[in-house]
Amino acid sequence: MFVEYCVGLSGLVASGLFIYGLKAMSSPVTAVAGIVAAGYGMLFVVAATFLNLFNITPEARPNLLVNVGLGVVALLLGSLWAGWRGRTVQMTSMPQMVAIFNGMGGGSAAALAAVELLGNHDIPLLPLSVTVIGALIGCISLSGSLIAWAKLDGRIRKPFRFSGQRAFNAALFAATVVLAVLTVMRYATPSAELPRDLFFGAALLLGVCMTLPIGGADMPVLISLYNAFTGLAVGLEGYIMNDPALMIAGMVVGSSGTLLTALMAKAMNRSLTNVLFSNFGETGGSSKGPEGEMTAADPADAATTMRYGASVIIVPGYGLAVAQAQQKLYEFVKILVAAGVDVKFAIHPVAGRMPGHMNVLLAEAGVPYDMIYDMEDINDSFATTDAALIIGANDVVNPEALTDKASPIYGMPILNAYKAHQVFVIKRGSGTGYSGVENPLFFQKNCTMVFGDAQAVLSKMVEAVKALGST
Amino acid sequence: MMASVTSMTFVIALYIFMLAAFTGYVVISRVPSILHTPLMSGSNFIHGIIVIGALNALFNATSIAEQAIGFVGVFLGAGNVMGGYVVTDRMLAMFRPSQKAEPARPEQEKPGQEKQGQP
Repeated sequence: MFVEYCVGLSGLVASGLFIYGLKAMSSPVTAVAGIVAAGYGMLFVVAATFLNLFNITPEARPNLLVNVGLGVVALLLGSLWAGWRGRTVQMTSMPQMVAIFNGMGGGSAAALAAVELLGNHDIPLLPLSVTVIGALIGCISLSGSLIAWAKLDGRIRKPFRFSGQRAFNAALFAATVVLAVLTVMRYATPSAELPRDLFFGAALLLGVCMTLPIGGADMPVLISLYNAFTGLAVGLEGYIMNDPALMIAGMVVGSSGTLLTALMAKAMNRSLTNVLFSNFGETGGSSKGPEGEMTAADPADAATTMRYGASVIIVPGYGLAVAQAQQKLYEFVKILVAAGVDVKFAIHPVAGRMPGHMNVLLAEAGVPYDMIYDMEDINDSFATTDAALIIGANDVVNPEALTDKASPIYGMPILNAYKAHQVFVIKRGSGTGYSGVENPLFFQKNCTMVFGDAQAVLSKMVEAVKALGST
Repeated sequence: MMASVTSMTFVIALYIFMLAAFTGYVVISRVPSILHTPLMSGSNFIHGIIVIGALNALFNATSIAEQAIGFVGVFLGAGNVMGGYVVTDRMLAMFRPSQKAEPARPEQEKPGQEKQGQP
């Protein structure tokens, strides 16, 4: 009895710390304290779980030593591997890392359900159904996250599509549901094995098939959705384990993850059904193609113009991070600021490969967060700004999204960089962006292209403004 | 199943789910978009609590198959927890305000008293 109270209370403390931690994480000032509090909660509840060893079922008692040994080894292996990967991963690769860790959580929930379904316990219909639903969601989250990782990591380059895919996926989903019902009905009978194993196979396959056709640009929304899925699976498995801590933590993540997904989808002007069931970029073959010619300029000229401007807004995109040029950019910005130029960073909600990813990348370079502005806060300022400097961004500043109904990105909110008096674009070449759409901004009269690798161009810009002195 | 003091009816479970869902919604609803990535990663860390469920299942395993799947479950769960924590911590540690608001650092960190790695 005593052990149960201890374990139960440890879960209560942990849930409290998790909620506090999440709340604290919603402001940059308290965020670090938040994750640390949640970390202590987790450490505490995992340690307390070992008290359950005094309380295991009689049938499992002969295996006690082996089971504990396996548990400790698995804990060590899992945390060492993930800790090492987490410490060494590049900030640019963060989205795919989050996808992997999320998939692991989904897999863990599915494995937990599998262990319960393997046994021959006396589980009533309701908890049994909840377990199977949790297993389904966990499996989708596992295999879906792995595909998302492969796509973000560039291992799968093109969306995989074939005609009749939607019908195929629908049929697969129906089959999975039928197998799930069979699994519940046949539980603890001699014929339980076949539908159960098929069910797990089908659920994993469903995750793969759901994710394959979705384009790279929608991947962040999808990862966030799978994050919510894993939370939901954890919550449902918590019910079968009779553990309110799992239920609370899982459901809090499930609902906050759903909200976060909706916010992201809204930022891209895509509904969730749109992301899941329509093929991005398919509507393309768009319209006429832009008119006019691109004007190109020398980095030094562009830098000089900005140096003598009163205000500059910088629009960084993923290309900046790929060129590893954030440090150089900040060096350039510091010189401009010292010369009295009002410099701001404008971040599109989906800049980078995940909402907020660009903020992380800029923070890594040392840019203070009060120089960085969200789209809604800065969009009106472009019209009164002397120069906009766009680096490695394309689709998020494409005015076609506002005007051209035939464009695949029509309706996506953009940064109004095209309204600035002068627009500079640092770009590798004249190619299209992630979505494969041509950008008419680059052909505008007030727009000047500075071709080249961002790192090299920014180095030249730094040199140029340094040569001008600080007055 | 563990028959324990925490046994609950399905209705009570629904109450918990409902309250937790509202909590998650309210806690997140006013987050600035600069924190979306760390927050996703942080909530990713929190659902890693599934590792204690997997541990309990493994502790009560009676067959080789249960042990094997339980082992995988604990491994994956532990990876979720550790990876989620490390990644979130790394990202959040980089966010800082302009220098004028920077607190005096040297006084806080005494030499020789290195910060211990959290869980």
